[in-house]
Amino acid sequence: MKEIVVLSGKGGTGKSSLSAALATLASKIIVADCDVDAANLHIVLHPENYREEVYVSGQKAVIDYDKCTDCGTCMDYCRFDAIRLENGKYLISETACDGCQLCERVCPAKAINMVEHDKSRWYAGDITNGKMIHARLAPGEDNSGKLVNIVREQAREAANEIGAELILIDGPPGIGCPAISSMTGADEVVLVTEPTQSGMHDLKRIVELAGQFRIHSSVVINKYDLNTRISDELEKWCQYMKIPVIGKIPFDRSIVDAMVNCQSIIDWAPDSDISNEIKLIWNKLICHETTRSI
Amino acid sequence: MKIAIASGKGGTGKTLVSTNLFQIVRKAGKPVILIDCDSEEPNDQQFINGNLIDEQLVTQNIPVIDTDKCTYCGKCQEYCHYNAILVLPEIKHIQVVEDLCHDCGACLYACQYGAITEKEKMIGAITKFEVDERSSLYESRIEVGVYSSVPLIREAIKDAGNGHFAILDAPPGTSCPFIATVEQADYVVLVTEPTPFGLNDLKLSVETLQELKKPFGVVINRAGLGNNAVQEYLAENKIQLLAEIPFDRKIAASYSEGVLITDSLDEYRELFVQLYKTLEKKAS
Repeated sequence: MKEIVVLSGKGGTGKSSLSAALATLASKIIVADCDVDAANLHIVLHPENYREEVYVSGQKAVIDYDKCTDCGTCMDYCRFDAIRLENGKYLISETACDGCQLCERVCPAKAINMVEHDKSRWYAGDITNGKMIHARLAPGEDNSGKLVNIVREQAREAANEIGAELILIDGPPGIGCPAISSMTGADEVVLVTEPTQSGMHDLKRIVELAGQFRIHSSVVINKYDLNTRISDELEKWCQYMKIPVIGKIPFDRSIVDAMVNCQSIIDWAPDSDISNEIKLIWNKLICHETTRSI
Repeated sequence: MKIAIASGKGGTGKTLVSTNLFQIVRKAGKPVILIDCDSEEPNDQQFINGNLIDEQLVTQNIPVIDTDKCTYCGKCQEYCHYNAILVLPEIKHIQVVEDLCHDCGACLYACQYGAITEKEKMIGAITKFEVDERSSLYESRIEVGVYSSVPLIREAIKDAGNGHFAILDAPPGTSCPFIATVEQADYVVLVTEPTPFGLNDLKLSVETLQELKKPFGVVINRAGLGNNAVQEYLAENKIQLLAEIPFDRKIAASYSEGVLITDSLDEYRELFVQLYKTLEKKAS
């Protein structure tokens, strides 16, 4: 089983549009949307027969004011500045609380309890050529990395269930906790970038991260014709870093039209230049996988 | 007055709005600070030139075990909520997994034998640039491989103090780094694009801000590119549309080179002047 993860560092470079197109090209596939903050791929892939499960993201401290003696020990110990004194009353900020449980342990009056946060969900559904898993981290809840891990575990289970050889992971923007969790243990990283100074800067940071994990990376330059000078620079840098550039996708409104019509570009405009380029990218990804596994 | 520029979806134009708004306020001769809170991928510095005035390293505490004093009782492991300490009493082994540590201090409290002390680990830096005598840029930048940018973001915003007009360029998403930024703001500008992805992520951001009870309005970027569903959603839910930035290849070209559109394209200066006026009214 192979796991290919699509990442970018910078947001909005086209991860989900590319992932949707690649997913459409596969004969049998599991798609894992690991952007648990802002999942979008289901809008295009239309999963059916949903299974919905609760994800407990963590715990938050709650004060029982009948027991609280206003001693302030909890505030002294809290390192997340989550406890404050307001009008003689100790208050816990739900968003600042990290759920470490230390306040519960130090409270001499046993007035603090930990309450589970259970508003987050993950979903599994059938798509025409396999299954997709995605998730929704409830507003303000943390541990997005843990939820990413659950989505990936479920994807592996689904792959075993239907005998799929490939898991395609649509990752989150950034290089922090959910991006790290999306990348850990994957076989191949596809980095989607764009020819802007920001895109270039962000690509370098995510390449460094992939390097720390020693995962083979390749690059796709999206909207490459928006600035061909920077596209050339990107290509040269990739060459210098020995990272293959496996595709250059032009900017075209049809990719937006496809999204507006909730379809992948492969379904919307199968014979367009963009679709043809993505088919080449797909072949390179799959062939590369075969040569590497031999 | 602190204004956060945020969005659920990445790449909608947070940096475009933040940097151009900063430039307009600055050129109006008003004191202003721009804080780049997207510490995983900070980009504001590519658009704003300033003189480096200070660099502050931000650290977190990591436990250090004194194996001479450790009895391998396992209490620190039990108290650690993040699985950052591994104790194997049978073979007298104890290990700290630094990447998983959240710097909560529970292990220190747990240990009765004084076997745990702490060391500092660098997680990132806050770099300050003076743009002119009244305005500055603070950039928060996390070290590659560090899990959480939250402590860094909090520190960068704390440093800005009060009283200034401060623009917080937020990280994408709706989880911890986003919350750490917007919870410090008096008002939030959500930047979106008129596509199904943009709308879906806008709804998630709106839900989050409503839960946090933060006042907010919306800027639509690349207006005219997709469909009208975002406008309809805003009207239905009585959410203020603060500005619409049209889809224009000239904007994309200017942005790609790191040039502010309020400098390079006359036609967009007024749009940002109006946006600033609208936001200024929110302060009073």
